[in-house]
Amino acid sequence: MLNISGLEEGIVLDHIPAGKSMDIYKHLGLGHLDCQVAIIKNARSAKMGRKDIIKIEGGLDTVDLNVLGFIEHKITVNIIRNGEIAEKKTLRLPKKITNVIRCKNPRCITSIEQELPHIFNLTDEEHKIYRCMYCEEKYK
Amino acid sequence: MRHLISPLDFSVEELDTLMDLANDIEKNPEKYAHVCDGRILATLFYEPSTRTRLSFESAMNRLGGKVIGFSSAAASSAAKGESVADTIRMASCYADICAMRHPKEGAPLVASLHSSIPVINAGDGGHQHPTQTLTDLLTIRSLKGRLGGMTVGLCGDLKFGRTVHSLINALVRYTGIRFVLISPNELRIPSYIRDNVLEAGHIPYTEMENLEDAMPELDILYMTRVQRERFFNEEEYIRMKDCYILDKAKMALGKEDMCVLHPLPRVNEISTEVDDDPRAVYFRQARYGVYIRMALIMTLLEVSPC
Repeated sequence: MLNISGLEEGIVLDHIPAGKSMDIYKHLGLGHLDCQVAIIKNARSAKMGRKDIIKIEGGLDTVDLNVLGFIEHKITVNIIRNGEIAEKKTLRLPKKITNVIRCKNPRCITSIEQELPHIFNLTDEEHKIYRCMYCEEKYK
Repeated sequence: MRHLISPLDFSVEELDTLMDLANDIEKNPEKYAHVCDGRILATLFYEPSTRTRLSFESAMNRLGGKVIGFSSAAASSAAKGESVADTIRMASCYADICAMRHPKEGAPLVASLHSSIPVINAGDGGHQHPTQTLTDLLTIRSLKGRLGGMTVGLCGDLKFGRTVHSLINALVRYTGIRFVLISPNELRIPSYIRDNVLEAGHIPYTEMENLEDAMPELDILYMTRVQRERFFNEEEYIRMKDCYILDKAKMALGKEDMCVLHPLPRVNEISTEVDDDPRAVYFRQARYGVYIRMALIMTLLEVSPC
């Protein structure tokens, strides 16, 4: 059994589908953080068989967790304070996501201007529909 | 500072004020002949346009202002690879207000995010064309006396026709509007208009392929051209271009007080024999286009007659 010590203060992302932790690492921008990040892949899980876990030391004010709601809303987010679970966050679909998905409309300005951020707005929460901020094309 | 990127950027009340101003300009043009003395409009047109560009130029000239700009991407720094953001930063140094047409959807929005002068979307690909919409609204309000309580038929290329998309977005804000969407199956209205605007707003609409069947119930018939430049495939364009041709026989099926609008230019979708029919108002519509652009420039520059 691999042991990674508990957190005094930070975030634990649990129940990540096995193999998805590196995507989440990238989308949360964890590589840019100046704190310890542990990625546990293929951990045994009674519920899921196998799962990934990410532990972030600190980062409570700097990590934007909203994007998780778009990537995988079943992830459990535990906020740790004083070595204990202080809060379990419920993930919601973010109103706006930046540079997570790309607009595929060949008529969109993003198709010719590579520097532009790919920004999508949530236009229909019930049906989880996101549209490109520039051309309003639906993300499929 | 305000921009006009979408027809929804102005509230219904603000549109009323804008159209009141346009109607006053129509009645008293001399009162407005010098309100933009010393001001410059930049027309940044990345794709060919005669009507919209001349309409903007005419509007600014009639207000006493001056116009600079380019009329194709090849004649601009875009040909050297300059971004829209950099072009508008440059134009902000040279002009007081800008009208931008671009073949790519969302380009004027990008410009507005980096601009220090008001940006007017003069058409972005198949997406939006808000000043055409303002022209359409002013034409309908001036000739019908109202903007609600009517059946509006939209005919032709409803898929790529940006004027149609913008007009629907604008008209759904008035009560009692019903749409009849007349197009071949391949050129039906895009899902984002059908789902997000019509369905979401519980706006009554009918989709049909036959123009004759729709004619008797229409208060407004808005004709559009099947645009060659919106097709990737020439064969598809040729197959679609003659889908609907409005002629005297079809006009005979329409109401006596119906108005036929067209954003122009037309190719062959309205027969020239219809031009003398008093219900054909598309050339008057072009004149309203200048008045509304004059009112828009004044509003965005926050100028008024002394």
